[in-house]
Amino acid sequence: MSIEVKELKAAIDDTSLPVSGQAETVLEIDDLRTYFFTRDGVVRAVDGVSYSVRRSETVGVVGESGCGKSVTALSILRLVADPPGRIVGGAIRFEGANLLELTEHEMQSIRGNDISMIFQEPMTSLNPVLTVGHQISESIILHQGLSKRDAMDKAVEMLRLVHIPEAPSRAHEYPHQLSGGMRQRVMIAMALCCNPKILIADEPSTALDVTIQAQILDLMRELQDKLGTAIVLITHDMGVIAETASRVVVMYAGRKVEEASVDDLFAQPCHPYTKGLLGSIPRLGLAAKADGKRAPLSEIAGMVPSLFNLPMGCTFAPRCAYATDHCHEESPPLEEKRPRHWAACWHTDRLLGNTE
Amino acid sequence: MMTKAAQRSAEGRPQPLLEVDGLRKHFPIRRGVFSRTVGHVYAVDGISFHIDPGETLGMVGESGCGKTTAGKTVLKLIEPTAGTIKLRGKEITGLDPDSMRPLRREMQIIYQDPYSSLNPRMSAGNIVGEPLTIHNVALGKEKEERVAALFERVGLRPHQMASYPHEFSGGQRQRIGIARALALSPSLIVGDEPVSALDVSIQAQVINLLMELQDEYNLSYLFIAHDLAVVEHISHRIAVMYLGKIVELTDRQSLFEMPLHPYTEALLAAVPIPDPKAKRRERIILTGDVPSPVTPPPGCHFHTRCPYAMDRCKTEVPELRKIQPGHWVSCHLHDSGPMFPLARPRNAGRSID
Repeated sequence: MSIEVKELKAAIDDTSLPVSGQAETVLEIDDLRTYFFTRDGVVRAVDGVSYSVRRSETVGVVGESGCGKSVTALSILRLVADPPGRIVGGAIRFEGANLLELTEHEMQSIRGNDISMIFQEPMTSLNPVLTVGHQISESIILHQGLSKRDAMDKAVEMLRLVHIPEAPSRAHEYPHQLSGGMRQRVMIAMALCCNPKILIADEPSTALDVTIQAQILDLMRELQDKLGTAIVLITHDMGVIAETASRVVVMYAGRKVEEASVDDLFAQPCHPYTKGLLGSIPRLGLAAKADGKRAPLSEIAGMVPSLFNLPMGCTFAPRCAYATDHCHEESPPLEEKRPRHWAACWHTDRLLGNTE
Repeated sequence: MMTKAAQRSAEGRPQPLLEVDGLRKHFPIRRGVFSRTVGHVYAVDGISFHIDPGETLGMVGESGCGKTTAGKTVLKLIEPTAGTIKLRGKEITGLDPDSMRPLRREMQIIYQDPYSSLNPRMSAGNIVGEPLTIHNVALGKEKEERVAALFERVGLRPHQMASYPHEFSGGQRQRIGIARALALSPSLIVGDEPVSALDVSIQAQVINLLMELQDEYNLSYLFIAHDLAVVEHISHRIAVMYLGKIVELTDRQSLFEMPLHPYTEALLAAVPIPDPKAKRRERIILTGDVPSPVTPPPGCHFHTRCPYAMDRCKTEVPELRKIQPGHWVSCHLHDSGPMFPLARPRNAGRSID
């Protein structure tokens, strides 16, 4: 329901704003390859990942550590440390331009202005020796050319927008004087101060307590409704995905293995990895209903393969209950298994119980 | 032989494995040239609970609520400021380190971070075998064999005994930590966020392993975590902590279906549900942050964030009382009998301000 409303809203937004070329898509990642060249060999951290982001929608990117979800995000802003990392192929299209072809100077006018990013640990991404007001106004001065005083006023206004109480005095405080939740609010204020078209949020609530996480996720939803920002939400938490994203990309070992709307993905996962992930999360309330008996969780056997030494064929095959010889030999292509639901698996039919 | 559940519900309860009564741990804050004590961090401020043999008591709460300090104090890795700890009816609070040592075999701990809790210069086999040497349980070939058996039991291969911690993945390292805790056949294991640092698919493996081991060896767990879903999955009973105190303590079914403390209610509502079609509990968004444990608010510690706070909550500290059989809550809302769902009493409104 809410998704329909959201799409409707997006459609209305589209008609009210000048439509340039492709109506809805604001960001398109196409066959992105980011490799790390280390002494021990080449790590294909991102190996042919594609997804697109439409205006006002939230795309959830989910996967376990090392699956390449963060490196993909860093690649969008060209923030991958080089060396050892390098984007070796693909394109990232934003407003008709390929971000990978821009000069560093052009890129700077996009970072924090059109596309901005918030990180997991707010303390390490804030400068400890500058007041938060100063840090927020920095990018306003840089991108919007306001005077110092006007920028500070705008910064205070942003702090109010993210519901920081006593914003004018808080603006003169340093990061260590704020709590974790407050710092994350400051990060969000900073990311949104130039009204970006895309906000990349890399595990924005993972370091926070659950009641604070609820506050931050609610804030992000509220601001999205208000400002129409598209959000790329990177997380490992299926609960956060279910409550925030409208579309989901599942990544495993540097590749996209599944993409669908959030409802379809949770209702009928078409990749064994997604199915396994969903089965391995303890769910609140389910255990209590089981007559006090504690049932084991379903597991995914084994562990994520080393990116130095990926298995032949499907990278998930060694852990997969459905794997056959075919899987160990040939990597499955990403196919549309159901309407608007893509997965890279040879055995989706068997997984869904359509045969046998 | 009765089942564990039957044992628990039977009238004549067995002797609890662990009894904790009025446990306090206050850390002094020292300042100035003479290190004068200028205040205290009330990390654990008078908590009482027991754990039966073969039972898991989950302990949840947000960062800074004192759950980790509680776990370490129970094991006497930190000296308590006040209160008593009894293991099988024997008080261990005043024991000196020498008399404590034999009891350490009974009580083990698994830490959150499998990276920093294993010595990088020791092989995995030596890490797991060290407790056996220290307590003179087994040496030489016998030790080797016992370590190999432990490795197999926790899902590692015996040939990995010669490898060093950096050669293992996070999940495997946590298995080494578990094997080390099991080496002396303890009866109580304190797990301090033992699965929080692990990936989702690995987390499930470790939770299942812990539950299997419990059934096999009749282990008792004090399972400390911030993830309510994980705690609910693994625990028989759950204690919810807020600012150094237990605010609610009951079996997991009651906690989920009938939370009687406003903080528990808010915690449950805040957990994101991994199902987009799930009917969500009415979300109660708590405003503000957890107050500092150095200057906890007077009265009920939770009143600054509580949607049901009344006048008396600002001055009177609610005691942890039995509201229903097996259900302990510290909240003034239940002063005249249990109230569910929670609501502010009609004639006890807030002061008009």
